Amino acid sequence: MQSKLGIDFTKVQHARGIAKNIADGVQRFVDNYTTVAVERTLCRLVGIDNTDADGVPLPNILVEDLKNKNVLEHGALFFIGNAIIETGKSPQQIAEQISAGDLDITAFPFRSQSEIANAFKPYIDASINQIKERRSKREHYLETIGEGSRPYLYVIVATGNIYEDVVQAEAAARQGADIIAVIRTTGQSLLDYVPFGATTEGFGGTFATQENFRIMRRALDKVGEEVGRYIRLCNYCSGLCMPEIAAMGALEGLDVMLNDALYGILFRDINMQRTLIDQFMSRAINGFAGVIINTGEDNYLTTADAVEEAHTVLASDLINEQLALLAGLPEEQMGLGHAFEMDPDLENGFLFELAQAQMTREIFPKAPLKYMPPTKFMTGNIFRGHLQDALFNLIGVWTSQGIQLLGMPTEAIHTPFMSDRYLSIENAKYIFNNMRNIGDEVEFKKDGIIQKRAQEVLDKTIGLLEEIEKEGLFLALEKGIFGGVKRQKDGGKGLRGVSLKGTHYYNPFIPLMNPKLEPCNL
Amino acid sequence: MSEGLYTTETKDFDQTLDLSKIKPYGDTMNDGKTQLSFTLPVPPGDEAVEAARQLLRQMGFDNPQIVFHKELTKGFTFFNCYGSYTRSVDFTKIKVPKVESVKWDMKETDYFIKERIGRKIIVVGASTGTDAHTVGIDAIMNMKGFAGRFGLERYDMFETYNMGSQVLNEEIIAKAIETNADAMLVSQTVTQKDVHIKNMVELVEMLEAEGLRNKLILCAGGPRITHELAKELGYDAGFGMNTYADDVASFIAQEIERRKNK
Repeated sequence: MQSKLGIDFTKVQHARGIAKNIADGVQRFVDNYTTVAVERTLCRLVGIDNTDADGVPLPNILVEDLKNKNVLEHGALFFIGNAIIETGKSPQQIAEQISAGDLDITAFPFRSQSEIANAFKPYIDASINQIKERRSKREHYLETIGEGSRPYLYVIVATGNIYEDVVQAEAAARQGADIIAVIRTTGQSLLDYVPFGATTEGFGGTFATQENFRIMRRALDKVGEEVGRYIRLCNYCSGLCMPEIAAMGALEGLDVMLNDALYGILFRDINMQRTLIDQFMSRAINGFAGVIINTGEDNYLTTADAVEEAHTVLASDLINEQLALLAGLPEEQMGLGHAFEMDPDLENGFLFELAQAQMTREIFPKAPLKYMPPTKFMTGNIFRGHLQDALFNLIGVWTSQGIQLLGMPTEAIHTPFMSDRYLSIENAKYIFNNMRNIGDEVEFKKDGIIQKRAQEVLDKTIGLLEEIEKEGLFLALEKGIFGGVKRQKDGGKGLRGVSLKGTHYYNPFIPLMNPKLEPCNL
Repeated sequence: MSEGLYTTETKDFDQTLDLSKIKPYGDTMNDGKTQLSFTLPVPPGDEAVEAARQLLRQMGFDNPQIVFHKELTKGFTFFNCYGSYTRSVDFTKIKVPKVESVKWDMKETDYFIKERIGRKIIVVGASTGTDAHTVGIDAIMNMKGFAGRFGLERYDMFETYNMGSQVLNEEIIAKAIETNADAMLVSQTVTQKDVHIKNMVELVEMLEAEGLRNKLILCAGGPRITHELAKELGYDAGFGMNTYADDVASFIAQEIERRKNK
């Protein structure tokens, strides 16, 4: 490929090689561990759902039971499998009996892995088939009614009430949105369970539940047929229930998931071991389900400076890419993140932003890059804010970004009104249409400000990656390498839910979902 | 739609400024000109425009003009409007409670602390409760600060502990005890359904229960926080929009000095 920025692609290859070493180091750790979230995910994937009378999800009850008996290391499926063979009951019935206190699944004779695999076959087939059906339904829609052109217009709804969200989402789709993200209620990322059923109360967003996914998916299918364009649904595979949400999304036909390997560690203070183990399982599921993941590098620039720390974004994108590849998620599904977050008072700031967006595009040519709008310097001056968003949109279409997360003029004031979303969509549609092919027409001056900026960021990225490679990702995170945030390997939330895998450990979904996976340490 | 391009209406109102009767200003004193936009849950059309016009009249606007309207989705119409506001307020009688301290820059504050207090001031801060936004607390505490104002971390005479977001009230109190803090900064960004009020009140109650309330300078900050609200909830100061680390730093330094001399 010819670079518009004079980027030396041997340097990019070198950077990618280092990122791969870093990711391999993480994966060697991940392969030996499981977590309560991974085990609950497996419960869900063999059909365990619903809650007890107090609203505690059955997957939580089952996995907690194993944890309390100090046998989590062998995994939930080993014990459920023994129980199926012994009792002839389904996983759901078994979970209900555990919840009632009528069953101890660790008391049954241990069966061989092939016997257990046999016992699970109908349940595994059912969920794998449901995910495959969801995927083909999406593909069928894309072939028949089609989709919007890239950059996709991505907007959020955040009323707290799933039924009100539907009204907002339908309006946005009719106005031209391609992706609807249902923002989660504040604090959900720190819940170590996924709430159940349709919900109508949330703060700054709506609970992610499987039923809410279903309600919104149905509504978007309907409005997509009406407007003649497939409307993608996005939610959040992050926090303490990362892989569980991935499973629920895969079963219910979600299209896009926020799913960053590092975000929870840095910005939610979730334990790094926990998140890195969970991200692997969640990405294996997302890869298999054809879900586009979005990574959260944009957040680094809300805590650190967008000019000085641009290279941390690229370094993290490269690490996220390699970790995702290890989980079997193809490049075409990687919505790697970056952002337009420089101080608007900065002279030539637009040129730097343009350089970085073009650089990210050239380094990840197949990825549906997720480009984030200005937030840090949105002030409540809605008129200037609308202009900042316009400059951001201009770069989005110019550098062929994949997913344009539309900024709102009322950013920093309130969650979007219906009219805010309309103004934003109008802004983006105007610019995207009016400047559609500008990227094909305009070249950059050799060794000018733009070219030099991109080369400088790449060079600094390589320096940073080399540093991380020397220490390994865990130590680098302890030193505060991303976003200036320092995290301890044994600190943060959720470490209690991490367990070394034991001799009977069984997770058939990884090889099923990712048959090409080569275990890197076995 | 050409009406209103050039105003031909006579300006038969008093055009002298009277601070006891101020109203919005467009291009002529006391013209009352105001712009508004809103959405009505009705389909577009003449009836929708008339409904918007009547609403403007009810709000107190003369000569209501609906300059733009557009259907957002079935059954919802967006309006941009102008009108001349008819009522006024007495500016001379307005009193707003404010943080009573002199605002200094970083050097002045550092110098003051060195000279008058003679030791570093210890500050713990966090975005507390379920609030996941760090932008506010970072703007005040982090080295870099915000909009050209360095954060407290950059000051020689502050020792700072920024605990980040989603910190429980228990945790920030424990940190204050552990570090023997002089001041506590609480950032609240999400204010939907008044979730911040409950959380802020809970903190004050917990500090009182621990017997710590009077030993600490307690400040709240966030885009929807005002000094008045913070005082009402039992805080020493509130820092809202357009306040920065230097506002907070000057206040804390002067408040410590004031308490010392009490």
